[in-house]
Amino acid sequence: MESIVIKDLTKKFKEFTAVDNISFKIKKGEVFGFLGPNGAGKTTTIKMLSTLFNPTSGEAKVNGFDVQTQRDDVRKSIGIVFQETALDVQLTGRENLEFHGMMYGVPKDKRNKKIDEVLKLVNMEDKANIIVKKYSGGMKRRLEIARGLIHNPEVLFLDEPTLGLDAQTRRRIWDYIKELNKKEKITIFLTTHYMEEADFLCDRIAIIDNGKIIARGTSKKLKNLLGGDVISLEIKKTPGKLKKMLETCTNCKWIKKVKAHNNHLSLTVQNAETKVTKVLKLAEKAGIDIISVSIRKPSLEDVFIHFTGKTIREAKPENFQMKMMAMRRGH
Amino acid sequence: MRAIYVLWLREMKRFTRSKSRVISSLIMPLLFLSFLGSGFQGVSVPGAGGEYINFLSPGILGMLILFSSTFAGITVMIDREYGFLKEVMVAPVSRASIALGRIAGGTTTTLIQTLMVLALSSILGFNFNIFGIPLTMLAIFLSSSVFISIGLIIASIMDQQEGFQLIVNFFIFPLFFLSGALTPITNFPEPIQILSYLSPLTYGIDVMRFALTGYSLMPVLISLPILLVSAITFVLASAYIFDKTEVK
Repeated sequence: MESIVIKDLTKKFKEFTAVDNISFKIKKGEVFGFLGPNGAGKTTTIKMLSTLFNPTSGEAKVNGFDVQTQRDDVRKSIGIVFQETALDVQLTGRENLEFHGMMYGVPKDKRNKKIDEVLKLVNMEDKANIIVKKYSGGMKRRLEIARGLIHNPEVLFLDEPTLGLDAQTRRRIWDYIKELNKKEKITIFLTTHYMEEADFLCDRIAIIDNGKIIARGTSKKLKNLLGGDVISLEIKKTPGKLKKMLETCTNCKWIKKVKAHNNHLSLTVQNAETKVTKVLKLAEKAGIDIISVSIRKPSLEDVFIHFTGKTIREAKPENFQMKMMAMRRGH
Repeated sequence: MRAIYVLWLREMKRFTRSKSRVISSLIMPLLFLSFLGSGFQGVSVPGAGGEYINFLSPGILGMLILFSSTFAGITVMIDREYGFLKEVMVAPVSRASIALGRIAGGTTTTLIQTLMVLALSSILGFNFNIFGIPLTMLAIFLSSSVFISIGLIIASIMDQQEGFQLIVNFFIFPLFFLSGALTPITNFPEPIQILSYLSPLTYGIDVMRFALTGYSLMPVLISLPILLVSAITFVLASAYIFDKTEVK
């Protein structure tokens, strides 16, 4: 059974297309990740799926309900943790949860039970009666995750759940998310621009860039697309020699792929450990100065580079600021 | 209905928790009352009878309604700034009920503040008819609904808080003076008077003046229905506009 079905979904802000004709399905009980740089269209997608934005075209169903014509049913089916905090900082943690439960029509006795339950899940029983203004970033995020669960949603949206949190808190939140998915069998749709996060949490991943989905599958499948390990050379930049090296590499059968990127050269090979010396010889012949060599089993970062020709950190579009402003101004 | 109650309850919790803000919102009306009231001692508005403070006090109540209600509506922007608005907007309740919940909460807090100032004004020499209080409360409720709705509309249209000062200077203060809070509008030049009659606050103040002192510009049977109709119109308009906005 499918929790989310998206077909040709598009969102335009004036002339700028934030989400460009995307289609995919998410199975019930799955943890599905949207991996991509800032401004790729991740949050816009979540906002359409949670009825905050109206799609420009295409359709989306969440828990079987259409996000445009059955908005209330969609809202009842989903829990959502936004990228920025969405708490009333003048209320206590418990009051925020109560407010949520009441808004979703959870009856009082059930509400109190559920509030205790979710507070325990995120280890915040002893902080519940403190005003949220005094919470740390990690506490706020945990409270929001707890809040998203009060009305027993079928689907939980997490928009960059660990953005701006320290490594320790991040790790703990990952554990909560995993446990949640296992215990409650809840479908989770999360967005992130952290490779490790997508790798650790998601059953399946879609890589999104400039509003388009460029690859989709399990982390393993995506990595296998690269065809082997990566030998990465950091070199001194000498364009002419680099070109020669690239040519030589392309002619070697045992090198599956070669990609130059700034002063890095990535070679995809099987059993990289046994090929390093060969590569070094090739470089020597081409007259290239090597600064460092590293061998990596492929990561999602490599997958991203493979499909977009850039690292995820570089992928910020130049006119990102302008796009954001256009989004704020006009619909 | 549920959402209206929940949002009202939230407003009450925040209100009782921010005592300093409540007290400071009473300072300006009290300053106006004490300085203008004592400064113009012995002066009386023709037809209004008695001391100036009897004419002034209902106007100052109007001022408080105007300020606190408009701001109550505009605080939606602060919710947006803190992100809390998103939490409200994804809840499975109608957008109209969200707007109505705001209005219910705002009118209640405005009513409480206005009645506090009314009580204090009697210490400063305002001699009013106690039996006029129910009608006064009705006028407060209706006028407050108008300006919270206007605040909501402004907040839905305006993106950033930078426009805040603009609204105070170009909307709130002109309305305050136009509405005959301090002086009878019949003394204004005629084109200005027309503007005065376009302001819902003019009718709100006039109803309160009638209820509390017996003096009024126009018969209450005219001003009250006009006030009622403008309240309904603005509440519906704000619910409609609120329903149409996307949350950024």
